[in-house]
Amino acid sequence: MSFFSEPAGLILVPLLLPILTAVLIQLVGRFADLRDGLHTAMAAITFASVMRLWPHVRAGDAVEFTVIDLFPGVPLAFSVEPLGMLFAMVASGLWILTSIYAFGYMRGHHEKNQTRFFTCFAAAISGALGVAFSANLMSLFVFYEMLTLSTYPLVTHHQDAKAKRSGRIYLGILLSTSVCFLLAGIVWTFSITGTLDFTTGGILADHVGEGGALEGNKLALLLALFAFGTGKAALMPFHRWLPNAMVAPTPVSALLHAVAVVKAGVFTVLKIVVYIFGIDLLSSTGANDWLMAVAGATLLISSVIALTLDNLKARLAYSTISQLAYIVLGAAMATKAGIIGSATHIAMHAMGKITLFFCAGAIYVGAHKTLVSELDGLAKKMPWTMAAFTVGSISIIGLPPMGGAWGKFFLGLGAVQAEAPIYLGLLMVSSLLSIGYLMPIVGRAYFRKPDPHDEGHVHEAPLLCVVPLCITAVGCLVLFVLGDGIYQLVLPVVGGAL
Amino acid sequence: MNQPDASSPESLLPALLHHLPIIQVLLPMMGAPLIVLFGRRMAWALSCLLAGGSLAVALGLLSLASGGAPLQYELGGWTAPIGIVYTVDMLSGLMLTIVSAVGAVVMVYARKSVQLEIPAERHHYFYAMLLLCMAGLMGICITGDAFNVFVFLEISSLSSYALIAMGRSPRALVASYRYLVMGTVGGTFVLLGIGMLYMMTGTLNIADLAARVPSVADKTTIRAAFAFMTVGSLVKLALFPLHFWLPNAYTFAPSVVSAFLSATATKVSFYVLLRVIFTIFGASLLVQTLQMHNLLLLLALVAIVMGSLVAVFQHNVKRLLAYSSLAQIGYFVLGLALHNEAALTGSLIHLFNHALMKGGLFMVVGCMIYRVGGCRLEDLTGIGRRMPLTTLAFVVGGVGMIGVPLTAGFVSKWYLVLGALQAGLWWVAAIVLFASLLAVIYIWRVVEVAYFRPPPVDTPDEAPLALLIPTWVMIGASVVFGIWTGPMLHIASQAAQSLLGGLQ
Repeated sequence: MSFFSEPAGLILVPLLLPILTAVLIQLVGRFADLRDGLHTAMAAITFASVMRLWPHVRAGDAVEFTVIDLFPGVPLAFSVEPLGMLFAMVASGLWILTSIYAFGYMRGHHEKNQTRFFTCFAAAISGALGVAFSANLMSLFVFYEMLTLSTYPLVTHHQDAKAKRSGRIYLGILLSTSVCFLLAGIVWTFSITGTLDFTTGGILADHVGEGGALEGNKLALLLALFAFGTGKAALMPFHRWLPNAMVAPTPVSALLHAVAVVKAGVFTVLKIVVYIFGIDLLSSTGANDWLMAVAGATLLISSVIALTLDNLKARLAYSTISQLAYIVLGAAMATKAGIIGSATHIAMHAMGKITLFFCAGAIYVGAHKTLVSELDGLAKKMPWTMAAFTVGSISIIGLPPMGGAWGKFFLGLGAVQAEAPIYLGLLMVSSLLSIGYLMPIVGRAYFRKPDPHDEGHVHEAPLLCVVPLCITAVGCLVLFVLGDGIYQLVLPVVGGAL
Repeated sequence: MNQPDASSPESLLPALLHHLPIIQVLLPMMGAPLIVLFGRRMAWALSCLLAGGSLAVALGLLSLASGGAPLQYELGGWTAPIGIVYTVDMLSGLMLTIVSAVGAVVMVYARKSVQLEIPAERHHYFYAMLLLCMAGLMGICITGDAFNVFVFLEISSLSSYALIAMGRSPRALVASYRYLVMGTVGGTFVLLGIGMLYMMTGTLNIADLAARVPSVADKTTIRAAFAFMTVGSLVKLALFPLHFWLPNAYTFAPSVVSAFLSATATKVSFYVLLRVIFTIFGASLLVQTLQMHNLLLLLALVAIVMGSLVAVFQHNVKRLLAYSSLAQIGYFVLGLALHNEAALTGSLIHLFNHALMKGGLFMVVGCMIYRVGGCRLEDLTGIGRRMPLTTLAFVVGGVGMIGVPLTAGFVSKWYLVLGALQAGLWWVAAIVLFASLLAVIYIWRVVEVAYFRPPPVDTPDEAPLALLIPTWVMIGASVVFGIWTGPMLHIASQAAQSLLGGLQ
């Protein structure tokens, strides 16, 4: 039993459980009920094993484990810190609900190749948890790429021409950015510092300034390699993979392309800013100014694009791009409140956006509708789904009493701390835009007359779809109350009070 | 009295260990005629035994050599520089391991594939030739005598011409003939260079040459010898623009031969190039006097980009892999041209890693040919459903070629990029990274055909285990050595340090 309570066990068990799940799913694939039940049970066990790390993180204990040296000085190693803990809790917690939802959705929709689907799904979760717990850039890169490759079969699940084209864009953008920019940044960092460990306060401070390896604009260039190299953060102009990934079945869009994959991206940016550059270094050199501008532009442009789209999932995808840009913006501010805002927003946006995607999937299963313009009067037929959709929308917009309010609050505070009030204004404008692209959907569903042709064959989605989305909607409310808990969790990252 | 009594068991082991270097070459070389004369029926079993034995010997030599000083063995007791010596240092130990390990795995794999692709009455010739080729390649790596290098070069070349010509397509004969012409030119260049060296220094022993060349280094004859030997080995290596023989040779050769040659022959040619440039003439001639490393750098980069680009447009998977090999040869030479420790380590470790990956990929294609009869993209539609395990092996090997972390390909790429940055050549690093995206494209063309097109018949039809197991051994090893990097890195960086010793 001692293995399980040592650091090795504490860290490896959550990482290996999803892999074990993938193997078990392959083995029992032909018994659909057993397979799906197993998937949910294993998701719950994985979440429980992640939560075993909670007391250690709250107490500030170092939980570290090194697997093997990949190169001299560059081990495959794990270390649990508050940001990673938060991301791991979000990813593994929502995996449970998504597995139940997927159970209902995949059957309600008679999808093929469900065994392969659930296998890759579990592998992707392992990749996301690996990203969360990585102790250095190399380990993070390993799991980042594992996440890319394991989600490719999910994006191309339908194996038709459309899936193939989207798969090309997905893999093309994510692999090319990570290989050309992220890896280049990692090798460059290593050749300067000789280490890749995530270190409080960053590892680059000694190499900046006159005569250093990173003098002048080179620091900003390195930041650019990392920010654009993390294609999963969907910073413009490398965002197109995300709308294309929406050809995947909805549970994938919900968990992976609203939570695990995209959050792995912004988490990577956040982690690099905090533990490789260090927020003091960035704010003192001004190397972050351009990134704030790019993130600001991304969040504005993608909100405007979302306004114009009629396809529900595509509109949500552009909304995600915009919300991811919030998180990158918070990191780029390089202020205490900005970092806390980013971390908080990872959790808040995850809960809100997964609710909206669950609803989009439920609408597809229950009413076979994909366009916003078809949703007139749907609330009568699908009351639970549309109620949850309303709650999720309010959270995304960032209004109390939903969790999303906290993320926006801290981000706004960060903009003030960074003495860049223009970004505070930008956040407000973006909130208005998100009202513009989300609320008309709610309005149509509640206040317009339904299409008479729909009589009879539109009904609420299966129970297994509806229950998870109600739970996440309640989750949006609960997170508003738990805002302080998240704040206390990530406060040590920025070294104490604001 | 002091003579050890060979019949007593306790003295047998030291005697055996002492003679290991010659056993390394003799095992396969003597095996070949035995198989032709007596071993028709059990040609395969005997070949496997001999190849396995060679692998054991090579591992033994590698562990002996890693103790410190290089192993010296005097043939027939004649001391150097008059007699021929065999020398095993880290680098040659690494090369012997690559050749014999690939040889052993490929030999196990050969039985089924050879049954399909080669007429039964020629099987024993085939195995004999394969063993001879192995012997030649290992001889090149182990010998400490320049003329001996040429002799083994010809043994391996002649046997590989014969092996390629045994391909099923009539075009195999033409491909083999082209290789013969180019290979002979290359071999002759090497011989001319050795002749000039002998003329100027009066010795053929490599260590002796290394000691005597500096005193006459400014003579034109030495420069000419350098040029002949470098170009000669570049022809055998198939570096752009001397590569025209390679794609057809690999495409039309029997699957086993493509796998074996792609994994070993070019690597050994690169070994010859390393010995010529670093050991015999010394890196300072290349770098400081002639400054030709810039030319090699340019050719390497062109090879990397052109090879990958042309691979993208191929319809025959074997030819696609052959062009990918041209690009990989560029990576080897790139590490040499950058001449710093990180880059050369990357180059050397890539010799090993690429042998695993490319050998494994050619073996995968052999499995596919065994079931569907061809390896053009239109033959492979939906093969992911018909042969799931085989296709998965292709994906894993292909991901390694791209250089995804935790595969062997990533280790080599990391060191090459690091070396380029340490040399201050960030644009070289950028090209290397960009070229791995081209690898994504050519690998994924196959993956898309395999998984996104409907198969002609939708029944599982996996390759026989006799093919599948050796294939997965190679592909699996490429993942294992991507994670467990320690031992190979140690060997490669030691070898790189000793090669670069003359430069500091």
